Parts: sequence; C-alpha cells; structure tokens
Amino acid sequence: MSTTEIDRQWTSRLRKRVVGKLPPDKMLPDTQPAYVASWIYVFGVTTMAALFVVIGTGCILALDGPQWWHSSAFGHFINSMHLWSVEIFFFAMVIHLWGKFAMAAWRGGRSLTWVTGAVTFLVSILTGFTGYVSQTNFDSQWIATQAKDGINSTGGGAFFNVLNLGQMLMWHIVLLPIGAVVLTALHVVMVRVKGVVPPFEDNASEVSA
Amino acid sequence: MKKSFRPDVDAPEYKGPYAPYDIIKEGTIAVVVVALLTVALAVVFSSPDEKAITIKTWSNADPVDFAMTAGDELIGSSGVAGYGAPYNNGGPSQSWGFLSPEKWLGVHIPVNTATDFVIDPLKSQPTKPALTAAIDQWTSASASTQSSWAAAYSKVESNITFANDTVTVPSSKVGPIPVLLNYLTEMARSGALDQALVTQNGFYTTNYTKPLLFLSDGAYLGDLATKQHLGGDQWGMMNETGQYPGQAWLWLYTFWYQIPPYNSSASGDFLVWGTMMILTALLILVPFIPGLRSVPRRLKIYRIIWREHYAVQK
Repeated sequence: MSTTEIDRQWTSRLRKRVVGKLPPDKMLPDTQPAYVASWIYVFGVTTMAALFVVIGTGCILALDGPQWWHSSAFGHFINSMHLWSVEIFFFAMVIHLWGKFAMAAWRGGRSLTWVTGAVTFLVSILTGFTGYVSQTNFDSQWIATQAKDGINSTGGGAFFNVLNLGQMLMWHIVLLPIGAVVLTALHVVMVRVKGVVPPFEDNASEVSA
Repeated sequence: MKKSFRPDVDAPEYKGPYAPYDIIKEGTIAVVVVALLTVALAVVFSSPDEKAITIKTWSNADPVDFAMTAGDELIGSSGVAGYGAPYNNGGPSQSWGFLSPEKWLGVHIPVNTATDFVIDPLKSQPTKPALTAAIDQWTSASASTQSSWAAAYSKVESNITFANDTVTVPSSKVGPIPVLLNYLTEMARSGALDQALVTQNGFYTTNYTKPLLFLSDGAYLGDLATKQHLGGDQWGMMNETGQYPGQAWLWLYTFWYQIPPYNSSASGDFLVWGTMMILTALLILVPFIPGLRSVPRRLKIYRIIWREHYAVQK
C-alpha cells in the first residue's frame, strides 16, 4: 500500500484532523494560563462531576425498574442521591453559566462553546422535568397535569405528551441523557481546543464595542 | 486592511505566564467531593415520595366531587371536554396574535370524555340490566334529548348528595344520568375504574393520559396540591411535596404565571411560553447580539474574577 493511498484513507485523514485540532497536550493539559485563578472556574468541573453522579445513580435506579424505589429503603436512598446530585448539578451549572457570561466567554472564536453550553442547560432542564413527571408518585401526577397546559399551548403536546409515563420515562433515561452527554462532550472539546477565554484588556471597559 | 479589534467579540492574545494544572486530579477530586456531598444530603434530607392518588382513593375520599366530575365528563361540560387541541375540538385554542400552533396542529390525542371516561368503562363491567338499559338510553338518545338532560343536570349538579353508597341527583328530568353516575361511582370506589381507564389501549400500557385527565378535572387533586403548596399561584409545578427545593431552575418560567397579563389571559400558557422562547433565544445567541454582548464588559464583574491578573499587570 502506498503512502499516498494511506494518506487518502478516511481514517488517517480524520486522525490528522483531530490530532491537529486537539493534540494530546491540549486535550489533557498539564499547565494553564495564570489568569485561571478564581473559584468561579470550579463550577464547570463541579457541573460535570455532578452529571457523573446523576448518571451513576440513575443507572442504579434503572436496574430494577421505575417503581422499585417506592418499596425499597436502598432504592429510596439512591433516589435521594439522584435528586440531590441533580440539585448540585443545576446549582453549579447556573453559577458556571453566569460566571462565563460575566467573562464574555464567547470572545475569541468561542461563540459555539457558549451556544453548546446554553443548549446543554436547556436540554438539562428538559431532562430534569421528564424525571419529575416519571417519579410515579403524587408529585409526578401534579406536575404532569399542570405542565401539560403550557406544552399543549405551543402545539408540542401533540407529540410530547407529559401524561404518557412511558414516553416521558424513555425521554428521561435514553434520549435526553444522550443529548446532554453529547453536548457536554462537545462543549468540553471546544473549551480544550480554544482554551479558556483570556481576560479583557485592562482598559476594555472604556472602549466602545 | 487589518480588521479592527472588537472587545466583545475578539479576545486579546495571552502572552503571560502559565501555572501547573493537573486536570485529571481536579476532575477526580470534584467527583469524590460531589459524591460525598450527595451522600450527606441524601442521608440528612432524604427525598419526597408522596404516594400517587388513584380514582379509587378520590371517589372514596370525596364521592360527591367524583360524581359531579363524572357528570361533567358525561354531559361534556368538564375542563377536558372543553379543552380543545390536542384532545378534542371542544374549546378555543390559545393564541398570540395570529399565532396559534395548538390550533394548527389539531387533535392528536383524541379524548371523548363521555365515551372514554364514562360509557366505555361502564360497558366493560359485568352485564347488569339496569346499567345496560341506562347506557342504551344515553347512547340511543338524540343530541337534543341529551342536551335537555344535560341542562337539567347542570341546574341541580351542586345539590348532588352521597349517602348509603348511593349518589342522589335531585331531579327527575335528567334521564339515565343518575343511574350511570351511581354505577360509575361504585366502579370507581372498588378500584375497577382505575384499571378500566389505563387498559383502554390493551393489556400492556404505560400511558396514563386518560386517568390523569380525569383526575385533573376534579377538585380533589387540586385541593391536595394546594395543601402541599403546589397550587398555580404558589409557584406551582416548580415545587414538590415537603420542604424540598424542587425544580428551582424553573423560577423564571413559573414567575410569569404570578403576574398580569399572564395570570389573567385566556392564552396565559402560550404567552408564558412565547416569552420564555424569546428569552431563551436571547440567552443562546448572546455572542451575536450587539449591545447585549457588551453587558459583561460594562458590568465589570470580570474585574473581580480576574483581579489577580489585573493586580499583576499593574
């Protein structure tokens, strides 16, 4: 096989492109700019850590079906962990989002990083919501019957029926988590490719846009 | 020609020092800390799990409310009967100017409250002559006859009583309605109606649309929710039973429901969603919106975040 032929392979072209955009020392850096020195930076990794715990506890809940946690003390404990990891996830994510807004983190060709982050936030809200209506308890009955009016008013209720437990559970444990994880992965890769946004110039606030 | 530097779009090139950074160690510590914090919160606060209510619990706890709701489902005056899309053509659709996607998409989850909530479940019961006769009388009656029974029923509906396992409708002009309501209430109190409503799609089902719609038409579900601070005017669906944070991230969505014109408009839900869609689009597209993307630079919160960087520069 000639070198030219290997160079033309889809595999080698993809590898070159990936390694060119994201070399190992960018993907797994051992240094970072000195300006990355604030507690606000902790909330991005906290969000991802919470997502890890959310998915882990969700997988344990999935082992014995959607109603197991009502009758098992261990199941209820795992459900409690699932709930609190979700609360931590959103707490950290919201602070991360407003922190990045304060830094105008879209600067320097990072617009898509911002967009994927914001869309991940929306997908996460939908994931949390479908979880709340899949609890098979009084909360899920009430939240579903209340939420249907808003979704129906947009026409979305014709396809996204919040009163259909099977549909909501599938969205909650399959479709939306895949969306959230893929978007998070894209977001992190973009951060690694472009790096953390540098500070504004010292006189930036006096400069007109 | 060199492109001018736009401070809210472009980022200056960083030529300063770098510091050691162990990304794997950071991630591992974060997972361990969050997991331990989660365990601690779960141990201390647990999680709410108020048992789901059933048509059986509702009809036994408040048989009059159940019978009145069932009567409304039968004569077509309930909330669901007059809901409109996506369930039926019984009511007006929400709109904002010429926009009315609810109407455009039409009926996708057909619900006929008289048939689905009353007649079909009663037909699934073992044959009883009085019940069969009442069903036949209702289904074979002309629309005008049904309307006259419905009109007479509406006048006395608030005077319905329940005693000795019997629903009493104080009127002789309501046709078979009292018989149908009595059998349906009996069926509901035994638990058979719960089963009949969920199994309309066959043996296997995970779709609770019909029993939930029926429950939502009665006062019982809403009263229980209000006692649990879950009412629409109590920041409704973002809360959950007990003293738990619930979906606190929905605060802005729920906020609109507390103020005019959202809480007074017949299209309030659509107005709230329209507002949230616009705000969401603004959030996603901040980097591309002149003026909005300058807000962080004007706010100067970044000077607190990067205070060490600016201190070193000075």
